[in-house]
Amino acid sequence: MSGMTLFLYIFVMAGVTYLVRMLPLVIFKKKIENRFIRSFLYYIPYAVLAAMTFPAILDSTSSTLSAAAGLLIAFITAYFELGLLPVALLSCLSVFICEIILTNLGIFL
Amino acid sequence: MKEYLRGLKDGLPVGLGYFSVSIAFGVSAVQAGLSVFAAFAISLTNLTSAGQLAGLSVIAAAGGLVEMALTQLVINLRYALMSVSLSQKMDDSVRLWNRFIIAFGNTDEIFAIASGQSSSVTAPYFYGLMTLPILCWSGGTLIGAAAGKILPEMVLSALGVAIYGMFVAVIIPTAKKSLAIALVALGAAALSCCFTWIPGLNNVSGGFAIIICAVVAAAAGAFFAPAEDTV
Repeated sequence: MSGMTLFLYIFVMAGVTYLVRMLPLVIFKKKIENRFIRSFLYYIPYAVLAAMTFPAILDSTSSTLSAAAGLLIAFITAYFELGLLPVALLSCLSVFICEIILTNLGIFL
Repeated sequence: MKEYLRGLKDGLPVGLGYFSVSIAFGVSAVQAGLSVFAAFAISLTNLTSAGQLAGLSVIAAAGGLVEMALTQLVINLRYALMSVSLSQKMDDSVRLWNRFIIAFGNTDEIFAIASGQSSSVTAPYFYGLMTLPILCWSGGTLIGAAAGKILPEMVLSALGVAIYGMFVAVIIPTAKKSLAIALVALGAAALSCCFTWIPGLNNVSGGFAIIICAVVAAAAGAFFAPAEDTV
């Protein structure tokens, strides 16, 4: 692949991504008064994150079992409000431990 | 300056989460045949996980530029919703040119943290919030692209769950306090499972499916449980 082709790919990727983020932020400068739209925008972040997480999280590691373990630990630690980073790290750690156990049991790999 | 530092601190966990996830992206980029520098340049200019991964597959398949543009548009369209939502959260002191910079840093997690603020969001706060995630995302990609091959498979596998763990950590504490949010999140997740597992529906591209799920769930929430003083 030529350097120019690669540059164009990255330019288009970055350009489209930026425009999608920038235009609404610049266009909507006034407060939206409509109650339905305000409620909708209030719910949107949680709906987007939930849709992105499920069921994709189950495919995010080498095994559905270890991913399920990561999900379970993420749920528990998030429920006790440990914060973004501890939840993410403990979730990774539980995947890691789970895969070691699975490998040793011969269930995995 | 105080606002900037407050943002910097709030951005630290996001940055660390990004760091681990972007290592995985760097590894994938090099596996797809890109140079270390190209992988770094993509992360520095795009600052998004799903869109970049999809972009990699377009590049690897030598797809056209229109295909690339459409893929990015569909997968990243959720940011448009978030930007509309974020526009309602901006402090009166935020100027137009501030918004051009803020827009660049509007990722899922940064948006989630900014939305979770009890007061309106100022430009310095947002700049602080986006600083570490940008540095960590591009820095992690660089490290992953340059040295990822030496990381054991099990470590990479464990890192794969990091970004989703972070999403769960954003949703659960709020869902605990609001039944409406819990139901909206549950509905979106259930719809998303349908789009993944039900034959026919699973032909809808991932980015597009996420938009449909989120819009339907959030609209149902707004219809059945309109929140009073929101956003």
